Amino acid sequence: MEVKTIRDLAQLQTEQGLKFVAGHRMCAGCGISSILRTVLSASKKKVVVVNATGCLEVVSTIYPFTAWNTPWLHVTFVNAGSAAAGVETAYRALKKKGILKEEVDIVAFGGDGGTYDIGIQAISGAFERGHNFLYVCYDNEGYMNTGHQRSGATPFGASSTTQPAGKVSFGKKEWRKDLVKIIAGHNIPYVAQSNVYNTMDMFKKAQKAFEIEGPKFLNVLMPCTTNWGFPENLTMKISRLATETNFWPLFEIERGVLTVNVKPKERKNIEEFLKLQGRFKHLFTEENKKYIEEMQKKIDEDFENLLKLEKVTHEEGVRI
Amino acid sequence: MNKVNKVKTGAGWKELPIGGTLPAASALDYKTGAWRSFVPKFDPNQCTHCMICVHYCPVMAIPTKIDENGVKGWKDKIYKGVIRLETNLDYCTGCGVCAEECPTGAIKMERETWEVKL
Amino acid sequence: MSKVMTKTKRVPLTGAEAVAEAMRQIKPDVVAAYPITPQTPIVEIFSKFAADGIVDTEVVTPESEHSAISIVTAASASGVRAMSASASQGLALMVEVLPATSGLRLPVVMAIANRALSAPINIHCDHSDMMAVRDLGWIEIFSENAQEAYENMFLAVKLSEHPDVLLPSMVGLDGFIISHGVEVVEIFDDEVMHNFVGDRKPHLSLFDFENPITVGPLQLTDYYFETKRQEQEAMKKALKVYLEVGKELTKITGKDYPYFEKYYLDDAEVAIVVMSSTAGTAKDAVDELRKEGKKVGLLKPKLYRPFPYDEIREALKNLKAIGVLDRAYSFGANAPLYTDIRNALYELDKRIPIQSYIFGLGGRDIFKHQIKDVFNELLLGKITKEEKCIGLRE
Repeated sequence: MEVKTIRDLAQLQTEQGLKFVAGHRMCAGCGISSILRTVLSASKKKVVVVNATGCLEVVSTIYPFTAWNTPWLHVTFVNAGSAAAGVETAYRALKKKGILKEEVDIVAFGGDGGTYDIGIQAISGAFERGHNFLYVCYDNEGYMNTGHQRSGATPFGASSTTQPAGKVSFGKKEWRKDLVKIIAGHNIPYVAQSNVYNTMDMFKKAQKAFEIEGPKFLNVLMPCTTNWGFPENLTMKISRLATETNFWPLFEIERGVLTVNVKPKERKNIEEFLKLQGRFKHLFTEENKKYIEEMQKKIDEDFENLLKLEKVTHEEGVRI
Repeated sequence: MNKVNKVKTGAGWKELPIGGTLPAASALDYKTGAWRSFVPKFDPNQCTHCMICVHYCPVMAIPTKIDENGVKGWKDKIYKGVIRLETNLDYCTGCGVCAEECPTGAIKMERETWEVKL
Repeated sequence: MSKVMTKTKRVPLTGAEAVAEAMRQIKPDVVAAYPITPQTPIVEIFSKFAADGIVDTEVVTPESEHSAISIVTAASASGVRAMSASASQGLALMVEVLPATSGLRLPVVMAIANRALSAPINIHCDHSDMMAVRDLGWIEIFSENAQEAYENMFLAVKLSEHPDVLLPSMVGLDGFIISHGVEVVEIFDDEVMHNFVGDRKPHLSLFDFENPITVGPLQLTDYYFETKRQEQEAMKKALKVYLEVGKELTKITGKDYPYFEKYYLDDAEVAIVVMSSTAGTAKDAVDELRKEGKKVGLLKPKLYRPFPYDEIREALKNLKAIGVLDRAYSFGANAPLYTDIRNALYELDKRIPIQSYIFGLGGRDIFKHQIKDVFNELLLGKITKEEKCIGLRE
């Protein structure tokens, strides 16, 4: 059946059953289940999931309870990319010998820790070798499972436990890595950025990815109620604000051509996103508000740049 | 070819499957509903069965089914096809995302109290 | 067995070539190995086999050893036979994943061209690499020469995949000395050797969708200990299974596969204990001293983990003095092999004097005359508590 709306998607999932079940120990209000059920239902084949150590791996498989209703592998923190490459290679070997009859999609999940930082080498190597799998990064902008240590994905100005705001520091001094561009540089067919509030966006991107052969990457923002410091019922609201303020634009790069999926007519000010979160509370003082201005400036510049890239890749044959 | 048995709580090393391997979906035995302080009260008469709460629920505690006859919902209309059912209170952690995101206000969070027999 | 013998060939091969030959006959489904001196020829030769269609293996070129071991571990969890090879720093980089492979009970087999660990960076032979990882749950077998390296690969695969064992193993061969030295190696018939290991019958697979499994969950304080006890039990069973598998291989090759080789040990007064290529040199020293009427002998351990304490004690119990030659330090403590030998002898009523020797680090050569000096020292009873170094400039 063709899935055009979230009602269609709910119908598909009701018929298919879920590959990730309740009984996991996610913090109340966490968005990861929404990402999982959406992405995994986009596959038309059997799915094998490979997971790096992190929030998802830890809370979904506390022995003897596993929330996974599909085959699942976890090796260590560093190797979601290379373990997925290993499963994919075994799949090819078994298919070649005619031992395995089913068609399988392989999906690797990693947090921003296991993707931007410690796991980036494994992903880079696997992508360069062209293994056929989808890598989904659930980006909660820090090492959240271990209590909010800073990662390469932590945004400018955020206070984390390893780079906290204090009398002489305003939190993270550095801008976060643009991982999507790094991954796009690997000559792969599909890279996209999505957000947990936008179910259909995630679904369409996952669906597109599953229909392509080769390495694919999906970067999904996932606000963390525990460590970003907001009440647990606001997860989706904050996720939506991230896109409405252009803090987290939704776009995709298909074979070098960039398309921006959501263009707010009038973008909201970044303060609306920041003021709801405890990790940015310290920025709302006289001496620190200049950092909010810096942030707003960079967000606007980056979004302008994104729109320009969209134009030149669509109209002038430029490729990312 | 996988012969991995469900784990008996407190089993010794001779009984447990080797290497810590588990059979799928054993977490269904872990009822996270015990965590909550607030419980969602669902009013089906206000529901448009838009499915937003279903997709957003962090514990997938809102079951759905396909009903060809349809049920009565918002403004007494009949909603056919996929519909949402009562929240599964075995797993609902009372986070309130469903109430926050519901477009018609069909879900309201209420303080829940537990009676504990000592 | 005459049918087997006719198809055997004797070819001049380096240790690396012999290992690659063994891998060709074993027919792994997936091989992922990162090149590192002196293991590189193993990877290169096997890649050429794959490029020429001689093997059907999926050969992956990973971007680091950490990814190499991750790929083979994940492939093994997917129900296929997966192998790798490394040395020194590569093995060190794999250390994060090695206990995961053994903890998940996956029968991966690796060839290790024993090379010194940095720093200082050194590309030559010593045992510091395999000694550094001896506690991680991998079976360790050391090879004296290319022939042993070839045969040990088959033993390792059959031992690892045995349903009572299910632990990964590594086969060591001395870097450069054996890996690059040419010897005449007896290669047995392709079909016979492949049938000896057979095709892998996996005990689990991620691709069994009828019975989906979760591999590698988080185990907290209430279950971790039990899983590790299971691993130790598997090591105990491996001791027994090693001999069984060896007996099966004897039917093909005609040779024996004990835990260790005894050379003129039964009536010896003094003996040295040494592993891999140096044992070859030591056997020459034993021959010469025996001609002079000196009652000397040699014990060459092959299976190092699990360690056969009882059998070693039986073999050494009648000696008047023992010298243990280690090709690695255990900094701040007694040398590794010396420690295990000393532990094995603890239960004896009478204490036998044992002298610890360190030799050959970073590829420093050891000569026959130096080993003869060791024997003479032992015969004269010159045994001290201190570690002695052979061939070290003071």
